[in-house]
Amino acid sequence: MTTEKPHISVKNLNVHIDGNHILKNISIDIPDKKVTSFIGPSGCGKTTLLKTFNRLLDRNGNVEITGQVLVDGVDLYSPDTEVTSIRKKMGLLSQRPFPLPMNIYDNVAYGARIHGQRDKKELDKIVEHYLRGVSLWDEVKDRLKDPATRLSIGQQQRLCLARGLAVEPEIILGDEPTSALDPISTQHIEELFLKLKDKYTLVLVTHILRQARRVSDYIVFIYMGEIIEFGTTEEVLLNPKEKLTKDYVKGYIS
Amino acid sequence: MKNIRLTIDKITGNSFLVLTLLSTVTVVLIGVGLYYKSLPILQNSSLSSLLLSAEWKPFKSSFGFLAYIAGTLWVTAIAIIIALPISLLTAIYLSEYAHVKVKKVLLPPIDLLSGIPPVIYGVWGVLVIVPFVQEKLAIHFVEFSSGYSTLAGGIVLAIMIIPLIISILLEVFNTVPDGLREASLSVGATQWETIKHVVLKKSLPGILAAVVLAVSRAFGETIAVLMVCGNISEIPHSIFDPCYPLPALIANNYGEMLSVPMYESALMLAAFILFVIIFLFNTISRIILYRLEGRMN
Repeated sequence: MTTEKPHISVKNLNVHIDGNHILKNISIDIPDKKVTSFIGPSGCGKTTLLKTFNRLLDRNGNVEITGQVLVDGVDLYSPDTEVTSIRKKMGLLSQRPFPLPMNIYDNVAYGARIHGQRDKKELDKIVEHYLRGVSLWDEVKDRLKDPATRLSIGQQQRLCLARGLAVEPEIILGDEPTSALDPISTQHIEELFLKLKDKYTLVLVTHILRQARRVSDYIVFIYMGEIIEFGTTEEVLLNPKEKLTKDYVKGYIS
Repeated sequence: MKNIRLTIDKITGNSFLVLTLLSTVTVVLIGVGLYYKSLPILQNSSLSSLLLSAEWKPFKSSFGFLAYIAGTLWVTAIAIIIALPISLLTAIYLSEYAHVKVKKVLLPPIDLLSGIPPVIYGVWGVLVIVPFVQEKLAIHFVEFSSGYSTLAGGIVLAIMIIPLIISILLEVFNTVPDGLREASLSVGATQWETIKHVVLKKSLPGILAAVVLAVSRAFGETIAVLMVCGNISEIPHSIFDPCYPLPALIANNYGEMLSVPMYESALMLAAFILFVIIFLFNTISRIILYRLEGRMN
């Protein structure tokens, strides 16, 4: 559907959870270094689709996945794919912030340490760089050793973004990342997304149409586990081709 | 109409308060009762001679509790040292690694284990653990052991508290939000790194609480332990020596030889000491728990 090079390529993906068919024959190419938003009513499978991208879905539940998800041409669900290196490629921002049970500094340094960075000076540099990247540095530079849970929710979400960015991913996955935030924090995060899209491929799940319109280049409308429409933001939101999309955008179905 | 509803509301609230107070008051009453009953012996001999001597000769009116206190602490310590690592690793496996289907098969037998009456553990200990300690373990370390020993008591007790610790730990790990695990996994951490740095760290207060409950249970466990630990009132010098924990002393002797002067009072003091040990232990661990939680948030 797009002429640009896909970063994530989904082919005939079917997902069953506890015997329920949650995602049906999903095929989609997520363009490189663009913002793509999944929209759709609650329970339509948009979060599930997002979670198939970093294999957080099939951890130890009753989940059956068939089809392919290719990231840079590598199939995530092929048995010899190493999952941790795939996940490292993708930063995750969840519905509400989950700061790890450690101080602010250690939260940002966490990924780098896991991947073998031991040098104190390097870690200092990484922490400062990414905290500046999410405009949190000035707010926390004097209390880096405080538990991360002492930050406000909005600050925590930016910290989580910094933690994800610090392992140098190529893709950022956002699962309704602003749904727990106040309007000002939401604006902060949205501005960051716009700044980040030069360097990263962003995939967002959102139920706020205005947000989808503000930040995304492409929009995917999902309904009852199927992709109904995929196109540029203008196409999908202003000139939807499908009746279902039209109804959703106008607010008839939610 | 409105007044009746409000009155009923008040009555229910207050009657629940009364019931709650009842159990709180019971603890105090037991404590006071035990103290009162052990007063005669406390007035007769000094506290230091009671607690620091191991000489137990009721007919000569010498009552030293040290051997019993030592026995109680030894058996409990051995039980926790054996049970904690096993329970922790089992709980980690079940909570973090096991597929839901595996969990469904493995969990019920563990729960069942905690429902078995202590006396059955005792019989099983006599039939299996005691000979095992005597024939397979003790011969490598000491000249002779009957098998009825501190170690046998510790092993039987460990097996009894393992299901308790596992089920508490599973609850504790369950309270760690999945989002935290996902946050750690999503930066490329392995399962084990996530458990180490996130799940266990977040669960530390809960793990401590599980240990406290298990220790309290272990201190008081009577019948299974007394069947396998030998019941000789001497301080054990090795884990292959027999020992005589406080609950076993009370259970074996109360109701007999009560005509011996001070004997009943001495047994009551044994109960009181047990009560105080558990009370102190609970209080101290509560303080630690409180500090730990304060530090984390």
